[in-house]
Amino acid sequence: MTSQLIKGKNIVKNDWVTSELAKVEEIVRMQAGKVVAFKLSGEDYPSSEQVKKTIFPDTGKILLPLKVFILHQEKLKERLVNGEIGIWFSTHEEIHKFTETIGDLNNFPLIAIHVEKFADGRIFSIGSQLRNKHNFKNELRAFGDVLRDQIFFLKRSGFNSYLIRKDRDAKDAIKGLDDFSDPYQGACDILEPAWKRSKR
Amino acid sequence: MYKYDQIDQKIVNERVDQYQSQLNRYLNKELSDEEFRPLRLQNGLYIQRHAPMLRVAIPYGLLSSNQLYKLADIADKYDRGYGHFSTRQNIQFNWPKLEETPNILRELAEVEMHAIQTSGNCIRNITTDQFAGVTDDEIIDPRHIAEIIRQWSTFHPEFALLPRKFKIAITGSTKDRALVQCHDIGLEFFTNTNNKMTIKVWVGGGLGRTPIIGSVIKNELEWEHILTYCEAILRVYNLYGRRDNMYKARIKILVKSLGIEAFKKLVEDEWKYIKNGPNTINTEELSRIKKYFSEPDYKKDIKNNLKDYRSNKAFNQWLSRSTNTHKKKGYRAVTFSLKETGCAPGDASSTQMRAVSNLSDQYSFGEIRVSHEQNLILADVQEDKLYELWVKAKEYHLVTPNIGLLTDIICCPGGDFCSLANAKSIPIAQSIQDLFNDMDYLHDIGDLNLNISGCMNACGHHHVGHIGILGVDKDGSEWYQVTLGGNQGNFASIGKVIGPSFSAEQMPLIIKKIIEVYLNNRQEEEIFIDCVSRIGLEPFKNYIYTDSEVGK
Repeated sequence: MTSQLIKGKNIVKNDWVTSELAKVEEIVRMQAGKVVAFKLSGEDYPSSEQVKKTIFPDTGKILLPLKVFILHQEKLKERLVNGEIGIWFSTHEEIHKFTETIGDLNNFPLIAIHVEKFADGRIFSIGSQLRNKHNFKNELRAFGDVLRDQIFFLKRSGFNSYLIRKDRDAKDAIKGLDDFSDPYQGACDILEPAWKRSKR
Repeated sequence: MYKYDQIDQKIVNERVDQYQSQLNRYLNKELSDEEFRPLRLQNGLYIQRHAPMLRVAIPYGLLSSNQLYKLADIADKYDRGYGHFSTRQNIQFNWPKLEETPNILRELAEVEMHAIQTSGNCIRNITTDQFAGVTDDEIIDPRHIAEIIRQWSTFHPEFALLPRKFKIAITGSTKDRALVQCHDIGLEFFTNTNNKMTIKVWVGGGLGRTPIIGSVIKNELEWEHILTYCEAILRVYNLYGRRDNMYKARIKILVKSLGIEAFKKLVEDEWKYIKNGPNTINTEELSRIKKYFSEPDYKKDIKNNLKDYRSNKAFNQWLSRSTNTHKKKGYRAVTFSLKETGCAPGDASSTQMRAVSNLSDQYSFGEIRVSHEQNLILADVQEDKLYELWVKAKEYHLVTPNIGLLTDIICCPGGDFCSLANAKSIPIAQSIQDLFNDMDYLHDIGDLNLNISGCMNACGHHHVGHIGILGVDKDGSEWYQVTLGGNQGNFASIGKVIGPSFSAEQMPLIIKKIIEVYLNNRQEEEIFIDCVSRIGLEPFKNYIYTDSEVGK
């Protein structure tokens, strides 16, 4: 099977197993007859019940939900040192509230951000904060509703791996990384703005 | 004006390729409607009632004669021979074919134009004073920083998919003509006590369904920090703006719910990490940009011959309403009205566009400005050529002397074109223009802004019109709500609703009644808005609603 994972500029095998949250019954929220598509930043989700119910394999490289990692932090110490533990969280979760609890983010070889809907641009600011505010140096991955037309922006916001949505061709998506060759503003990948990079 | 270098040109060209690919994938069903929607919107493409609508960016309202000529060609080749200038200083084409839109963009790129971020949930076209650089009340020319912000905001990776649209306006004059208090971010330039260019930063203003006047988030920001400070504001908004409810998604709702102090604290906390970072502007970059806006070759000792035409009443009416004072002696800024009776406000035919383009070459250094009042401006006209210009422009129906008067109506495309609208707006504007077609009467009424929006999205800025008209839908029919006392500028205010709505047929009569109350109550030289502020809404309400048949 071909991989959906782009790392740098190549399609590579995904050697991490993502631990998904335990399924619980969710109340569908409606507003003006429409399903509410976005969770609010800081919203209490997943619930502690869901976190408790979530199970994950005892060996191998696993990508754990942030709150699940926190719950089992003590017993995961050794695996963390062995580089077997990564964390993931969604765009409504606020990492800065947990950094004191979980310690140096650079202990994780991988942090992945889940984006439920293409239009949710919070993922870009989260990437930028992880790189600039939290000085995270390792692999930063986007997964969920990740398509060709976001990944140029994701790359510029500090991401370096992208798990493309299952029904789309990752080989096609890779082209999105080169949509623009010489951007105006400084960001996470190219730090300096155009007018500092070269004589204009 | 600003000229593209290789970097600018490459970005615009690459954008055309990117958009072409997105459109192809959509037409090949590789992208769903829902997935294509944000992509096409970020390129100014709406799906409207009759055809797609394409909105082309006119950064801070500045056009070269060459660019305007190209817009006229596009109107003829891809549309029905006209374009609509919008309140965001942009131009909209109402009848292009979806498949042809990449070709339009390719033609635009040839003249350094594009449709980037003219719609969608991203940073929109930066707007400013239409008299920037020539007005005598200017402290700082806002176009330099406007251009720097334009470049910074173009494809800013972090702010490509915001909770909702985001609009930035800049002013550098004592009199604000850019509505900075009614924008997501408003930047008011001034010189501080150390004679340094400084900015008062407003945030969270806006019209739309919840009109709010902005709050000051920073009293004095030194100019080099403007990009990083905007970045901090936008980051907080991007993370905490409401995405669950489209009607509560603008930054104004976030600022209001947190309170300006709490919001400011979040912004300052973010700013700490990026202040003095790579996007801090330096003097080299500022002077590089400044050079593009250096003064044209103004003539000295222009002989003022305006006395020779003293007996020409039509010319003098135009002179008093349609020309503005200029910082250079012997020059004036001329506003061509796109509000002639019988025309949709803001619409210009390709013939008119070519005429304005040619006139700008002959009389105004080949540059044109678009105002948010939807008129076209030649900013640098010699006083001794004004009569000549008037005669020539008259042929093209560009000299209706109604600038700033009741019939200089700001109006959105409304229900005739826009799929969001609740009601038509252009026919209302036209029926009012028809009723008030006596130029002497109009001049006697004096300064009055009448703004019409076809729905609460308020593209026609009805909240800040001295008289505002809002189209509403009641039980499937179109009604119009009237507000009084709105104002733009340094003393911006939101108009108040006078009472139940009216039908389209009643509207001209209602406006007539409002004017009668004003004329009966005004004190010497008192303009409409001042009179409304002094006497309040009661006299208007009493007079309008005496007839119990009126209003619903």
